Amino acid sequence: MPVIEILGLEKTYAVGFWRKRGKPALRPLHLEVEEGEIFGFLGPNGAGKTTTLKMLMGLVFPTAGTARILGMELNDPRVKAQIGFLPEQPYFYDYLTARELLEYFAGLSGVPAKERSRRAQQMLARVGLAEASGVQLRRFSKGMLQRVGIAQAILHEPRVVFFDEPMSGLDPMGRRDVRDLMDQLRQEGKTVFFSTHILSDAEALCDRVAIIHQGELRGVGTVADLTSGAENQVEITWQGTAVPLALRVPGAECHVAGNEVRSVVRETDLEAVLEVLRRERLRLISVVPVRRSLEDYFVEKLKPAEAAAGVQP
Amino acid sequence: MNTRIGLIAANTFREAVRDRVLYNLIAFALLMSGAAILVGQISISIERLVVVNLGLTAVSLFGMVIAIFIGIGLVSKEIDRRTLYTVLSRPVRRWEFIVGKFAGLAGTLVVNTAFMAIGVFGALVYVSHRLQPSDGWLLVALYFIVLQFLIITALALLFSAFSSPLLSAVFASSLFVIGTFAEDLRGFAGLTSGAVRWLATGAAYLVPNFSALNVISSVAHEQAVSAQLIVYNTAYALLYTTGALCGAVLIFERRNLK
Repeated sequence: MPVIEILGLEKTYAVGFWRKRGKPALRPLHLEVEEGEIFGFLGPNGAGKTTTLKMLMGLVFPTAGTARILGMELNDPRVKAQIGFLPEQPYFYDYLTARELLEYFAGLSGVPAKERSRRAQQMLARVGLAEASGVQLRRFSKGMLQRVGIAQAILHEPRVVFFDEPMSGLDPMGRRDVRDLMDQLRQEGKTVFFSTHILSDAEALCDRVAIIHQGELRGVGTVADLTSGAENQVEITWQGTAVPLALRVPGAECHVAGNEVRSVVRETDLEAVLEVLRRERLRLISVVPVRRSLEDYFVEKLKPAEAAAGVQP
Repeated sequence: MNTRIGLIAANTFREAVRDRVLYNLIAFALLMSGAAILVGQISISIERLVVVNLGLTAVSLFGMVIAIFIGIGLVSKEIDRRTLYTVLSRPVRRWEFIVGKFAGLAGTLVVNTAFMAIGVFGALVYVSHRLQPSDGWLLVALYFIVLQFLIITALALLFSAFSSPLLSAVFASSLFVIGTFAEDLRGFAGLTSGAVRWLATGAAYLVPNFSALNVISSVAHEQAVSAQLIVYNTAYALLYTTGALCGAVLIFERRNLK
């Protein structure tokens, strides 16, 4: 059974002075996320990612459609005890220390009183803030606040964690730490649903991704599926410095670099090329399907709407 | 009180303390000390009257300012700063949040009033050199002032559930001023006729009746407050507060937190 089921969630905001005009923020969205997955929710700014997350958290009410988390409706009070949420650019009560904040949130999440302090310290240590536990949050940098945000999201050991732009505001080290932490959560069997517009993070982490643009789902699948050889090309590398005459045909690109030659050919020509290499007694190093990057896929999925809207690339 | 409401109330109280709201007590202490010394020098036999009037009015005004200006930010500040997102994504119901916030500010105001009451009694002892049995009625006046705080806090919360902090401040302050003259408004309604009478009567009963909750002048003149008035005012304040809180909850329950 899917852990997250989004069943036609839709949101239209009323705008204008009389609030009679409708501005769609999310068109009917259907999506399922399986248990233990790291699921990336990708899209440019203003695509509808945060609106979707806010609806799942019960902060914004859908115009139509529904969603279930762990098989329970969103308005079921039991759901909230099982989920953790990191909002985009989190801001917390800055008069509290990091430890006080986590103890407060632990209490609200139903963690027993005698366990709150220990749990708070444990989480702060996990996100690398053990030393700063007694410091008021008004003295925290953006990166430190992001770490506190992650700590509060996983504090009560939820089964499903929602992160909205978790890498936002983090330096490269911080981003790596967050990636490691998300990987640990996956190993612990938790489901992670995170929104981002940083594609390299999604590519490195996600089991599956969905791409959303202008409130509309444009694609969903595993990163491997979305980036696999749709162009039906393979990259062949062999040892040597020369390109055999038989390979100097239109459509076959060859590049000599040092003592290696790299050639990209159509998958249908692979056998013929390998035959030439055997005949020429050239040592084969590798044959790798050409993959598109997630960025290529992303750009491709975004293009039609932009072209229709007259947006220049 | 359930745990979550208690935690939210305690956090609201802690915020007020750490944001130095209780520093108003210093200003109040200075005011009372100055007044007691001055009155002691210039008044003849009416020292007590002046100190009680001045002290209780100051308690009321200081508390009202705190109730309105913190009350209007209780919800809107949490939305603007997005601190609410991490609270409501937990097993916290929206009504629990509203009630917790209200309880936290009400607690702050009670503590604040208690300290100011000590200041008033201190000034009274200074000018009269002793307390007398009729001074006990001051406690009733202080209790009524706290009831006024509960009403205005609930109203500030109600306004902040749907309007901007500035508008909420204007609405709440206006209701405080109009409510102070509620009895006069009722008297005016009695003098009119037709549609004006209906409108004036409706307005007179809709605004909080702060004049009925103001017994400062009576207790300053050492007059007793009837038990009936205490019961009536308590019931009125609780009903009005509950009504305003229910309104705040109803609006907040439907609000999209964009």
